[in-house]
Amino acid sequence: MSNWVIKHATHKDNSPAIRLESVAVQYNGAPALFEVSLTLQPGERAAIVGPNGAGKTSLMQVIAGTLRPSAGSVEIFGHRPGGHVCIAYLPQRSQIDWEFPVTVREVAMMGRIRKIGLFRWPTRRDWGIVDDALGRVGLSGFQDRRIAELSGGEQQKVFLAQALAQEAEVILLDEPFNGLDMPTQGSILDILDELRAARVTAIVATHDLNLAAERFDRVLLLQRRLIAFGAPAQVFTRPNLMLAYGGHVHVLPDGEGLMILTDTCCEGDEVA
Amino acid sequence: MTGLLAWLSEPFSYPFMVRGLWASLIVGIVVPLLGTYVVLRGMAFFGDAMAHIVLPGVVIAYLLGWPITLGALVAGVLAALIIGAISRRTRIREDTAIGVVFAGAFALGVAMLSLQRSYAVDLAHILFGNLLGVSNSDLRLMAVLSGIVLLTIGAFYKEFLVMSFDPTLAATLRLPVFILQNALLVLMALVIVVSLQTVGVALILAMLVTPGATAYLVTRRLPSMMAVASILGAASAICGLYLSFYWNFASGPAIVLVETAVFVVVFIMAPSRGWRRSSILEKRG
Repeated sequence: MSNWVIKHATHKDNSPAIRLESVAVQYNGAPALFEVSLTLQPGERAAIVGPNGAGKTSLMQVIAGTLRPSAGSVEIFGHRPGGHVCIAYLPQRSQIDWEFPVTVREVAMMGRIRKIGLFRWPTRRDWGIVDDALGRVGLSGFQDRRIAELSGGEQQKVFLAQALAQEAEVILLDEPFNGLDMPTQGSILDILDELRAARVTAIVATHDLNLAAERFDRVLLLQRRLIAFGAPAQVFTRPNLMLAYGGHVHVLPDGEGLMILTDTCCEGDEVA
Repeated sequence: MTGLLAWLSEPFSYPFMVRGLWASLIVGIVVPLLGTYVVLRGMAFFGDAMAHIVLPGVVIAYLLGWPITLGALVAGVLAALIIGAISRRTRIREDTAIGVVFAGAFALGVAMLSLQRSYAVDLAHILFGNLLGVSNSDLRLMAVLSGIVLLTIGAFYKEFLVMSFDPTLAATLRLPVFILQNALLVLMALVIVVSLQTVGVALILAMLVTPGATAYLVTRRLPSMMAVASILGAASAICGLYLSFYWNFASGPAIVLVETAVFVVVFIMAPSRGWRRSSILEKRG
C-alpha cells in the first residue's frame, strides 16, 4: 500500500551513488555474505568478480533493495534503496520467460511505468524516450519484434534500453556477457561508456577477470566477504586471487603485470 | 436461407435461452480475458483449486436461502487470501498448500450437500453448471462483477503486465507486488463466481485456460492474445448453446468441448508455436 503514497526518495547532494557499511546477508540462517563495505561515486563503473556462489547476485539484490541485508546499512544517494526508482537491476537472462507475448518496444516501455504513473497510459513523449533508448542500444529496427525472436546479445540490449528508458542512475547487470561473442560484448561495453559519460553508476557481475581488469574503474573481489575493492591493479594480486579462488586460478606474470587464467567460469549456473 | 435463419433464431424464442445466451457471452468474454494471465503465469492448478474451493460457500448460501453467487464470492475471496498466506508463511510448497485447501474445502461442500434430499441434481448443477436456469437477478450480478473485472484489468494493465513478465523489475520499480498479486487472486475469485452457473465448478478451468492457450499459439502481443481469447470464448459459448439446444448436450460441457476442439485444430496448424513448429525444430536438431 505504502509504495503508492510514499514519495520517491530524493537524492542528497554530494552523497555517493552507492555506499555499503558492513553489509551481511543470510539465506535460511546461513551466512551468504558478510562484512561488505564500499563506496562508489556517481559515474563510476565497478565489476564484481568472484567464484560461483561468492554472493555476487546477493550483493546486487541488496543494492537494488530487493533483498534485505541481515546487518549493516545500504545507502543510494544518501537514502535506503527501497524508496528509489532510479535503480535498474538486470538479472541473468535465464530468469526471463522469452516466450512471453511482448515486443521489444513494450519491454523497454516497462522501465517507464513508474514515471508514467498509475491509471495513465504512455504518452507520445514516453514512446519517444523509449524509441530513443532503443536507438542508443542499436535496436531501432527491432521495435515490433517479439522478444523470442532476438539473439542473446539483442536480448541483453533490450533490457539495457529498458534501463535507459527508466532513466536509471544506478544500473546493476548480472552476468550480461555470458554467452555473447566478442563484438556484442564490445557494443554493450560501448553503451556502458556512454552511460558513464552521463554520470550513471554501473555495477557489473562477471566471470571474465580480464574484462574486469581492462574495462572497469574499480573491481570488487568477492568470496562471501569482500576480499579487495579498488583499482584493478590493486585488486588482482596473487594473494587476493588465491584467497578468492583457491586452487582454481592460475596466475602468470607477463612482464607488465599479471595474466590471469581461471577455470571457474561456466555459463548461467550460478544461483547465489 | 430462411430455413437457416429460422434454425439459428429458434432457440432464442425462449426467454430462458436468451438469458442463457447473455450469461454465456459474459462468461465467454470476461473469463478468458483474465485467463490470459492464468496461462502466462502458470496458475492453472491454482485456478482449478479456487473453483472447487468456492463449493462450501455455494452450499452454505444455498442451504440458508442466500444468493448462491454471494456465498461463492465470500468463499472465493477468502480462499484466495488463505492460500496466499499459507504459501508465504510455511515451508510447505505452494502447490501442496493449494492441494490441501482444495481437497478439504471441496469435500466439505460435497458432504454438506449430501445431507440434502435433492443431492444428485444439486451436485450436477454445481459441478457442471445450470445455464438454462439463470435468472435475471443472476444476470445482473454477473454483469456487475464482470464490469469490475474488466475495469480492474484495464486500470492496472501496465502493472499486471510487468508483474507477470518480470517480477524483478516490478520489485525494483517498487510496485506494490503484494497488493497486485492479491488483486489478481480476487479477480480470479470474481470470474469463478461469474462462470459458476454457466459451466460449473468442474469446468471453470477450461474457460480460464483453453481460449487463452489457443490465443497464445497465434498471437504476438498480450492485447491481441486477450482479444483472441475473448472472441474464442464468446464464439464457443454460442456454438455450445446450439449444440445444447438441438442435440441435448449439457450446455456447460458443450461449450468446453467447442473450446477444446478449437484448441486442438490451432495447435496442429499454428505456424509459430504449435505442434508443427516443435517438429520443425526437432528436424533441425
